[in-house]
Amino acid sequence: MSSTSLTTGRSWRPSLPRRHVPVLATLALLLVMYGIGVSQYRAFSNIQVVFNVFIDNGFLLVVAVGMTFVILTGGIDLSVGSVVAMTAMVSASLLRDGLPAALVLVIALLIGPTLGFLMGCAIHFFEIQPFIVTLAGMFFARGMCTFISDSSISITDGFWTSMSQQRIGDPAGNFVSISVLIAFAVVLIAAYVLAYTRFGRNVYAVGGNAQSALLMGLPVARTRIAVYTISGLCSAIGGILLSFYTLSGAPLIAVGMELDVIAAVVIGGTVLTGGSGYVFGTVLGVLVLGVIQTLITFDGSLNSWWTKIVIGGLLFAFILLQRLIGIRFK
Amino acid sequence: MTGNRPVLTMTGISKTFPGVRALHDVDFRLFPGEVHALMGENGAGKSTLIKVLTGVYGTDAGVITLDGEQVSFSGPMQAAAAGVSTVYQEVNLCTNLSVAENVFIGREPRRLGAVRWGEMRRRARDLLARLDLDLDVSAPLGTYSLAVQQMVAIARAIDVQARVLILDEPTSSLDAGEVAQLFRIMRQLRDEGIAILFVTHFLDQVYGIADRITVLRNGTLVGEYRTEELPQFSLVEKMIGQELDVLERLDEQQKRATVDTADEAPLVDADGLGRRGAVAPFSLRIHAGEVVGLAGLLGSGRTEVARLIFGADRADHGQVRLDAGRAPVRNPIQAIGQGVGFCSENRRAEGIVPELTVRENMILAMQAARGWLRPIPRRRQDELVRRYVEALSIRPANPELPVRNLSGGNQQKVLLARWLITEPRLLILDEPTRGIDVGAKAEIQKLVVQLSDGGMAVLFISAELEEVLRLSHRVAVMRDREMVAQLDNDDTLDADRVMRTIASGTTRKEVTR
Repeated sequence: MSSTSLTTGRSWRPSLPRRHVPVLATLALLLVMYGIGVSQYRAFSNIQVVFNVFIDNGFLLVVAVGMTFVILTGGIDLSVGSVVAMTAMVSASLLRDGLPAALVLVIALLIGPTLGFLMGCAIHFFEIQPFIVTLAGMFFARGMCTFISDSSISITDGFWTSMSQQRIGDPAGNFVSISVLIAFAVVLIAAYVLAYTRFGRNVYAVGGNAQSALLMGLPVARTRIAVYTISGLCSAIGGILLSFYTLSGAPLIAVGMELDVIAAVVIGGTVLTGGSGYVFGTVLGVLVLGVIQTLITFDGSLNSWWTKIVIGGLLFAFILLQRLIGIRFK
Repeated sequence: MTGNRPVLTMTGISKTFPGVRALHDVDFRLFPGEVHALMGENGAGKSTLIKVLTGVYGTDAGVITLDGEQVSFSGPMQAAAAGVSTVYQEVNLCTNLSVAENVFIGREPRRLGAVRWGEMRRRARDLLARLDLDLDVSAPLGTYSLAVQQMVAIARAIDVQARVLILDEPTSSLDAGEVAQLFRIMRQLRDEGIAILFVTHFLDQVYGIADRITVLRNGTLVGEYRTEELPQFSLVEKMIGQELDVLERLDEQQKRATVDTADEAPLVDADGLGRRGAVAPFSLRIHAGEVVGLAGLLGSGRTEVARLIFGADRADHGQVRLDAGRAPVRNPIQAIGQGVGFCSENRRAEGIVPELTVRENMILAMQAARGWLRPIPRRRQDELVRRYVEALSIRPANPELPVRNLSGGNQQKVLLARWLITEPRLLILDEPTRGIDVGAKAEIQKLVVQLSDGGMAVLFISAELEEVLRLSHRVAVMRDREMVAQLDNDDTLDADRVMRTIASGTTRKEVTR
């Protein structure tokens, strides 16, 4: 029986699965950074610091979850920041015009997915680079923001203000906002979809090798269009959460946010070429960005641009890490 | 072993692509519990037949039946659902997914829409156990060797209750041990009653596993044979389509005198040169003024030998030197620098730049050899180009014409001129006369003779044996990616003997027919 010789065809046998390495690296990084914060600043150990990271980055987390789907298929979505702003702008202007909050929510939540669906179709059927299609989407959505209004519109609607001010907390006074709960719900749903549904597994297959996926009879077109639609939906939810947070819509808000989102997803261990990554990693990636901001705020003496410098360095390190793992993997 | 009733029949299949008759009135049948080899040279129509069968292409004429019922598949998925599964040459799986997922993706066991991972892994283990594979089914497929991946692909194919399994050149990237494992699995599936259609270039493998052989040539059916009734020699004959006696008569041209090279140092010395998966290590010496022909079937490794000598592919074994003592050639830039020219087989994709003019195309290699910082003066360019347009009688004789406007034969001459301008000491010609008209062919053959008389060493690759024999001083024979013999082109060498060598892998003169 030569079956024993076949098992030796496996070139390595690691003690922990290689595909988990990036996520674990991110987790370790997060713990180290948190440890530094706690050791340097007494107030850092307050649990509210962690909660605040979630409150300040809830919308970013939701958008990053959508981006995770897209990047898992090997694509990219540059339109997310603009779609977030556009959703907030549309909500603010419709509310100003006196539409009921429920109707505004429905309309606002439809715009993002529609744009995402159209971009997905363009990417798949016309075989255009996702980069350029979503760049066009980005300019379009940003242009729509200024088209609606070239100055910021504040929101006074009762539902929005209550969502903004609602605090869910423990008796000790620590709290999170509704946005954080919504973000958690999105994360859990996304994690389930990716791990336990056919659609989720197809996302990984398309990202691994779209040609093979096609030959294995998987619905590549549907999957690819769906991920951009999902990213659009997540951007729309992110836009609503941002309007809860700021109680306004501003044409120039969330400029460059798509790059933060991509950075968070990549630092969270999702490989830019697709096929490998987890929503849990994206959560960690967003937390890393949040904790860096918090650390720099606590320091007080550092310019906020240090956030960008640190993120830049981390991004580079993580891409390098992925590459090193990828080389051994192939 | 063979059942009485074929599980699959294809009758009168014809398929025409614009300008090409890919299949003409081909019949094919497949019995349950047999391994049936589909043989033919490249372009004989093997792939087209398989694609017609699995519904990738429609047919122009002909009938396909599965279990006696007429079928017409809309694509590989529908074919697979009906029990006709295909495993392609390249493993078409996702290496980032686990082994279990690769077997089941698209039809994962589910409960309420949720993938049941435990169930899926268990079923994958059971299925692989049937193939005597003991794998960690939750490990990514990419962590296993290509051979194992191939077998996982087979596992995926047979899980859908396959009755017909098509293996399209599954062994091309496997080594001998891996091929043996694959064959073991094929035999086992055959014994379970699955009909296996096996396509390969390797003659030995056909005789190692196939029960029956169907030969195609130029899109037509040559015949269907039981393996034991068709000696390897006859198979080669049928694939190439020339009776050996006829070939002998064609070869009445004068022989080229063998150059006396015994005491001369070789110009080219390839020593144990080889590359895994491309060509087994070989040693080949070529002297100045000598033409060495490379004979062998398509896909036997001829081009791979040329690419290794030119440094276009990195050798993982041995080395090649020009002039003993100089540094070995490792890449095309070094090769060109030491005086090697390489006219590639695929002149459209790898050689000619169609948008550039005749002059620009001719100058390319010389310019590259000089370095881009030292442009060749226009006057010198014109002079060189004029000389070669004349010497090779390139028509139309207008150096400023875009090359795409020239005929295939003239494009080939431009490509030749490009290398001749660099005054190479070794010229590698890979199928220089393929697809060009008779006149141009004769001119190119004449040129090869002139060049070698002038002291240039030539490595001449051609599918046409007569051409190889007419031009070469020595013939190296390739078979199954191995250089099996180097024969002096003396009076005793004829097409028949070369053919026997290709078929049997030895230089024995007597082979029972």
